[in-house]
Amino acid sequence: MTVTLALTVGALFAFGTYLLLQRTLTRVVIGLGLMGHGANLLLLLAGGRAGDAPFVSDDGPPAAAADPLPQALALTAIVITFGVTAFLLALAYRSWQHTHDDDVEDDPEDRRIAALASEEHTPARQGES
Amino acid sequence: MRVLLPLPVVLPLLAAGASLALHRHRWLQRALGLLTLTAVLGVSIALLLEVRADGIGVVDVGGWEAPIGITLVADLLAVIMLAIATAMLLVVLVYAIGHPATEDTRRFFHPTYLVLAAGVSLAFLTGDLFNLFVAFEIMLIASYVLITLGGSEPQVRSGMTYVVFSLLSSTLFVTAVGLVYAATGTVNLADLAGRLDGIDPAIRNALGLMLLVVFGVKAAIFPLFSWLPDSYPTAPSPVTAIFAGLLTKVGVYAIIRTQTLLFPADGASEVLLAIAALTMVVGVLGAIAQNDVKRILSFHIVSQIGYMILGLGLFSVAGIAGAIFYIVHHIVVKTTLFLVSGLIEVSAGTGALSRLSGLTRRAPVVAVLFALPALSLAGIPPFSGFVAKLALVQAGLDIDQGLVIGVSLLVSLLTLFSMTKIWAGAFWGAPSEVEAPDDAGGDRALRPPPLMVGATAALVLTSLVIAFGAAPLYDLSHDAATALMAPDGYVGAVLDR
Repeated sequence: MTVTLALTVGALFAFGTYLLLQRTLTRVVIGLGLMGHGANLLLLLAGGRAGDAPFVSDDGPPAAAADPLPQALALTAIVITFGVTAFLLALAYRSWQHTHDDDVEDDPEDRRIAALASEEHTPARQGES
Repeated sequence: MRVLLPLPVVLPLLAAGASLALHRHRWLQRALGLLTLTAVLGVSIALLLEVRADGIGVVDVGGWEAPIGITLVADLLAVIMLAIATAMLLVVLVYAIGHPATEDTRRFFHPTYLVLAAGVSLAFLTGDLFNLFVAFEIMLIASYVLITLGGSEPQVRSGMTYVVFSLLSSTLFVTAVGLVYAATGTVNLADLAGRLDGIDPAIRNALGLMLLVVFGVKAAIFPLFSWLPDSYPTAPSPVTAIFAGLLTKVGVYAIIRTQTLLFPADGASEVLLAIAALTMVVGVLGAIAQNDVKRILSFHIVSQIGYMILGLGLFSVAGIAGAIFYIVHHIVVKTTLFLVSGLIEVSAGTGALSRLSGLTRRAPVVAVLFALPALSLAGIPPFSGFVAKLALVQAGLDIDQGLVIGVSLLVSLLTLFSMTKIWAGAFWGAPSEVEAPDDAGGDRALRPPPLMVGATAALVLTSLVIAFGAAPLYDLSHDAATALMAPDGYVGAVLDR
């Protein structure tokens, strides 16, 4: 079970990274979500072997129960990921309202510098403005 | 201490809620914000005095004792940072109230700004790695909202970069916390300091590097700074100013805290020194290539972060004392410069150097307010930047790190060069025609509101006070650095009570 979880974490991070490198905003958002899930699962894994009892029972020794702290941490992290993803989606929608396009745009300053580099050999270049 | 310690976090959070409820009453929101931040400033100064007199203060939140519960720890470094950060938050709020462009968005500006204040305070005061993550998130989520508050196209575009980059580093942070917990079974910083010693050095180094990357993104060190110059310039001036002054420095604070407490080195750390040198050089070269006041200043932030990492990388009391002094100086000066760039935009309607000219004649006050902090940033005596750089240079030469010190001096020169570029472009020459400003109309464009000028002037005065009263502040930094280099005091204060 622990190995399955570890493999799942690895897969979530791999797919998340792949999606994050795309130019489409929705894919970036989903990629970040996947990576967030991977990180949360990793927190759970940090609590010890999978399959331990979630609560301390009256008859069993406390050592047989799962560590509650990473679960609390994972819950907090899930809430935060949820909130930020909602904000990111709103931002992506706003971006779509402006441009009617789902692509991440180039920075204008980067484009200006790239244009300067390509015009290097034309003598009368007007870089500013 | 027990009562005062949580207040810098609790007060702004409560006030943020109240401020949201009062969103129809602009004056009440303003008064509430000013009142809260003044109170927090008072509390932080009281904490500073108390920590100086009685040593480290610790409070267990919710009554769960360390290392199980969340602890708030006020040591000297934390309270110095808290006091200077709150002072900046207060001054920038005054400036923001006077700033015409935040007028439309002010309804949600005040609550978000107070949440930001709470996050920054929590980041300084927390003694728990996971709680540090929560503090970062509080601060960052507030900053996401502030940076995109207008919802205009450039803001959304650059805000997107900023949010995605920060979110990626937050995910890495959670991952790092999970791995740290798997390796040691605790997230309490004081407890971690002891337990990390016992684990495999390779794993320990990997965890140390991972946390360095996480905080390095927030602090904008080389090569993780690319988000900063893209996103900062598009926000309204007061927002950019407070981000420039505080957010990256919270990252630097986290680096200093974790590297000294959790991963102490025996001598100078080559990794940190190399990062410092590259951050300084790449940042200043970026600044030289730019053509907009805010973008030049944004690249300078990156370059200046290098100096702070340099002080930490030396890993001596003098080096870290220099770094702390540098941070305090930098927070004040950088915030001032961004406030002045806001004044330039209001007076001339643009921040592009190619369209600015002759501001000395048209806005002499702005020229003076720019010249003093600009000279200070470059490290010209007798300003605070000179004292800060001198402290770092001496600390570096003490332990024979001539190369990186040489680099830092060269970078100072280049900083001065790019500052003269702003000066020559914007202030000298014949006054240009005033363009139709984006955010103020008609006659108002020529004279920036007195509230903005007053707030900026107050900060310029503060940086002069830091320069001429450098001795007490340096002593304070030195005490803080001594405490950081002997982490046993911190560990003892938290665990053995």
